[in-house]
Amino acid sequence: MSILVDKDTRVLCQGFTGSQGTFHCEQAIDYGTRIVGGITPGKGGQTHLGLPVFNTVQEAVIETGADASVIYVPAPFCKDSILEAVAAGLRLIVCITEGIPTLDMLLVKERCDQARARLIGPNCPGVITPGQCKIGIMPGHIHLPGKVGIISRSGTLTYEAVKQTTDYGFGQSSCVGIGGDPIAGSSFIDILSLFESDPETAAIVMIGEIGGTAEEEAAAYIRDNVSKPVVAYIAGITAPPGKRMGHAGAIISGGKGTAEEKIAALTEAGARTVDSLADIGRALGEVTGWS
Amino acid sequence: MNLHEYQAKQLFADYGLPVACGIAVDTAEQAAAAVAKLAGDKWVVKAQVHAGGRGKAGGVKVVDSAAAVGEFAESMLGKNLVTYQTDAAGQPVSKILVEECSEIASELYLGAVVDRSTRRVVFMASVEGGVEIEKVAADSPEKILRTAINPLTGAQPFQAREMAFRLGLAGDQVKQFTALFLGLARLFEERDLALLEINPLVITAEGNLLCLDGKINIDGNALYRQPQLREMQDPTQTDAREAEAAGWDLNYVALDGNIGCMVNGAGLAMGTMDIVQLHGGSPANFLDVGGSATKERVAEAFKIILSDDSVAAVLVNIFGGIVRCDLIAEGVIAAVQEIGVKVPVVVRLEGNNAELGREVLGKSGLNIIAADSLADAAQKAVAAAGGGLA
Repeated sequence: MSILVDKDTRVLCQGFTGSQGTFHCEQAIDYGTRIVGGITPGKGGQTHLGLPVFNTVQEAVIETGADASVIYVPAPFCKDSILEAVAAGLRLIVCITEGIPTLDMLLVKERCDQARARLIGPNCPGVITPGQCKIGIMPGHIHLPGKVGIISRSGTLTYEAVKQTTDYGFGQSSCVGIGGDPIAGSSFIDILSLFESDPETAAIVMIGEIGGTAEEEAAAYIRDNVSKPVVAYIAGITAPPGKRMGHAGAIISGGKGTAEEKIAALTEAGARTVDSLADIGRALGEVTGWS
Repeated sequence: MNLHEYQAKQLFADYGLPVACGIAVDTAEQAAAAVAKLAGDKWVVKAQVHAGGRGKAGGVKVVDSAAAVGEFAESMLGKNLVTYQTDAAGQPVSKILVEECSEIASELYLGAVVDRSTRRVVFMASVEGGVEIEKVAADSPEKILRTAINPLTGAQPFQAREMAFRLGLAGDQVKQFTALFLGLARLFEERDLALLEINPLVITAEGNLLCLDGKINIDGNALYRQPQLREMQDPTQTDAREAEAAGWDLNYVALDGNIGCMVNGAGLAMGTMDIVQLHGGSPANFLDVGGSATKERVAEAFKIILSDDSVAAVLVNIFGGIVRCDLIAEGVIAAVQEIGVKVPVVVRLEGNNAELGREVLGKSGLNIIAADSLADAAQKAVAAAGGGLA
């Protein structure tokens, strides 16, 4: 077990023949992911990376029996691509692209909810179940199959947590980047609930950052619904208010969304919060008794 | 991206919404001359900066002669206006809005924002206009009315009427409010706004609604499809280094400390600032060099970081996911050589080809301090910058 993806997940790529799609699909295939084909409108019938290219997602799903899609198309076209994947009946859609207009995401998220399609991202590294399936841009080699579930709003911070859990020998059940945008396809809560019911996951690392109230909402959920140990780190204790810190969603506005509030909420909910990013692995060892 | 008040009001007018007649000017002569084109015998003059709190800071005044308009403009233009929302240096004033004066009966608040937790554009209104809405929200949250717009159906007239009645509006005001609400909803959607605020929205002595102020923030991700709004950008209102960085597709935010930070990834860049502080140092900036940290971008990043004179050491923290650390190392070396970096540089490389990267740095013969972990890097950078700040 694991969450969202495993060795049987059949993955399509939208934006397959572009430079990003090509590069990351090659890496994913090397990792052992079952990429079954891709979509580039107008290039249907061609072969790319030894796999079939289709004009439409619908056609690709019918021909390949795919159950997930990863999207590498440029931001202006992502709304269309995600909605196409939803219309084709896919239930797992991972959008890596950064820079999608927020109002596009409001519509897309509403539509995904209606169709019960799970969207991961956008503006995220993707999702990986180590040793089985890698959908996204994360470096596969730092992962180790294991028992920690990782959820994060940031790509590189996820890698830090992955590296520490690998160095300590705990390994990861699955890692999910929910993305740094204000409107995310999946929330912390969505992924926490999957980890809570996954028997392979023994503990959870949650990495949040300033902006919005997703961490506070997650804290309330953890308090009431999560029995597994949770280690949390929140980035941005030094971030000044009113400034966007790289991610579109990382901004303290109107005095709301500070790291202090999030840390307090998570601590109160029973999660172990760490002040230093370098302490995630150690704290995990302590709360679980693994080391 | 923020707009000036005069630009926001121009958009309101484009959407047929009620704003006072006004003229935005760049010189004192134009300001004095503007009066002749406006009605009435009193005018409001308003300094145009991207910050609230202008009134209390002396940036808004009611005057009753063309000479006084000119004087105000003369005293403001080319100066910086410091308000409670700006930093100590303030924001430069390069335009003055001269407007017809209105008799005010009462002040309301009307705003709209993308609410992240409900994933809706939410309109907010209050009878407590003219004061900070954050303060109203904290002191008397029951005084803020809210209505959420369904992204599939868009704003509906009933939502506007409901709000209008609850604000105590009556008769023609309800119709005016409904038109205003629907117009703003259309503006929000068509122009990719992130935030919209009319504070105050006034009821004039004649009983009509009028947008007395206007604040608009546009979704930066959508600027590619908003050419008209892109043109409205005022680069003088952003930090020069931040603007320079944006030109190179680098995310830079200036801070008060003395340890320059260059990091790949926004989250890790924040985490690096935090760990510097945790070890007794103080970060000079946030800087995300992005996923494709090429030699050129690293060199540009160094230049931007070092253009801040308070930087006493630079901490480079790279987690090479896809990007190769040895390439980053070469980029750092080239940049240090090319621009003659005088301050100590602490480098932590992790991930893809990290060891090779460290080797490359070690052989360079430059004043580059290699760190073997995140905590080690932070400690070394704090020490290199001369210890913790008081």
